[in-house]
Amino acid sequence: MNNTKAAGQTRREKYEQHQRRRSMLIAATSTVLVLAALMIFVPMAPGWEKVQKSFFNAAVLTKTFPKLLDAFLVNVMIFVWSAPAIAILGLFIALARNAKSPALFPLRIFGATFTDVFRGVPVILTVYLIGFGIPGLGLPRPWNSPFIWGSLALVLTYSAYVAEIFRSGIDSVHPSQRSAALSLGLTELQVLRDVVLPQAIRNVVPSQMNMLIALQKDVSLLSFIGPVEIFRQAGVFKSLFANFTPYVGAAIIFLIVTIPATRYADYLMARQMRERR
Amino acid sequence: MVKLISIAAASFAFMATTALAGGHCAADKTLTEGKFTIATGNPAYYPWVMDDAPESGQGFEAAVAYAVANEMGFVAADVVWVRSSFDEAIQPGVKNFDVNMQQYSITAERDQVVDFSVPYYTAPMAVLVGAGATDTAATLEALKGLKWGAVGSTTAVQKIANTVKPTNDPLLYGDNADVNAAISANQIDAAMFDLPTALFLSAVMIEGSKVIGQFPSAESDNADQFGMLMEEGNSLKACVDEALTTITENGVLASIEAKWLQNTTGVPLIK
Repeated sequence: MNNTKAAGQTRREKYEQHQRRRSMLIAATSTVLVLAALMIFVPMAPGWEKVQKSFFNAAVLTKTFPKLLDAFLVNVMIFVWSAPAIAILGLFIALARNAKSPALFPLRIFGATFTDVFRGVPVILTVYLIGFGIPGLGLPRPWNSPFIWGSLALVLTYSAYVAEIFRSGIDSVHPSQRSAALSLGLTELQVLRDVVLPQAIRNVVPSQMNMLIALQKDVSLLSFIGPVEIFRQAGVFKSLFANFTPYVGAAIIFLIVTIPATRYADYLMARQMRERR
Repeated sequence: MVKLISIAAASFAFMATTALAGGHCAADKTLTEGKFTIATGNPAYYPWVMDDAPESGQGFEAAVAYAVANEMGFVAADVVWVRSSFDEAIQPGVKNFDVNMQQYSITAERDQVVDFSVPYYTAPMAVLVGAGATDTAATLEALKGLKWGAVGSTTAVQKIANTVKPTNDPLLYGDNADVNAAISANQIDAAMFDLPTALFLSAVMIEGSKVIGQFPSAESDNADQFGMLMEEGNSLKACVDEALTTITENGVLASIEAKWLQNTTGVPLIK
């Protein structure tokens, strides 16, 4: 648009540019001041040296970081097989709760009970109950593995949340579209598969990204029932060195993964907002 | 001498607290003047503390605590018990205890962050197996093939990794109760504990389990010695060490050990 107008800036544009520069300058100054204050005053605290030695110990970090990365692969593994299972079960529960036919009423009750129970119980309790409880019934190895039952606990809990998000996506597709599709002669199944779900799923992708990020962190809860993933490995190092730095190392690894994922979710959300406008 | 005592008495009176035996080395060094604050686990386990009630002086660590306090000039009423987790014990900053007793193994790495007293017990590591693996031979060869578990914050983790070197990666847990659950659910065959704890778990907590062997406590990398944990640089350390040395030399410690941990003999050594 700019190239269609005469050369030079208008007064308004000059003013706005000036304002922009001004606010950037203020933002930069205040950021520098805050950082400087943190860097000067925090180390002045009487306990800083001890805190630094316990939480930010470079020697401990370099010694433990490679093993923490190894342990993180266990997290990734659990994540990789849990996430698709959650997506499938979550969608199924959402559809069950939205079932219209009177004959399928039991399915609706099941869906509602499922989400009530697994959204209401803290994840760690589900992990304990399923992770120790079901293998305790006397399953033979390897079918009593904490990896299997711990993952199932995560899948159940997360599908309850994911189902609710899918349901909100399904509800966001206007009923008139369904009526229109039916009037064109499509069957209920076709309407669901070709009209409702493609839009519903696209609408909730950003929210589901947030669930993925949360899941990625909650995988660590499996450490309570045995698997030595990054959180447990950091705990072992913590006890060995009597030092909390390994936890900071684990936090760094988590951030390396979650920050790009969070930014991507933000981007998707912003794009969706633009499209809707 | 009389003058010295009167000065000491005056200073104690000034602080308006229970007076110690004048001039004792613990004076002015404890958290609360005239009191000796000891931390234990929450909960504290048999045979270290009976019935989770350290005040009773029943149980090995509770008894040692009162013996040490007595040696340092505190009467039983001046011993205050608090509870602490492992993390609270090693976090930087002010502690809420003078000494912390919950089977802390003394290691060089830990010693850089906190102080330890001289050891009050040398604990051999022992192997506890679930009902399905009780006929495992007490040899390293046989132990390698088992599925192992341990409490992640203990030195048992290193013992498994460095001595047993199992073919399968071990599973690690937050506390004894979770290891019990894993053994009961047959998710692991064997777990590594210090011997008294292993004997307790086998006798009372896990049906059908058995302590099949102990590692010789003289093994150089394995002398798992329990010490009282103190804040780094605590001036009380010299007093505690002195008291522990005295009760070691005069046989009091040995008799406490004989009373509470007598059944530790008779478990075969692992070859």
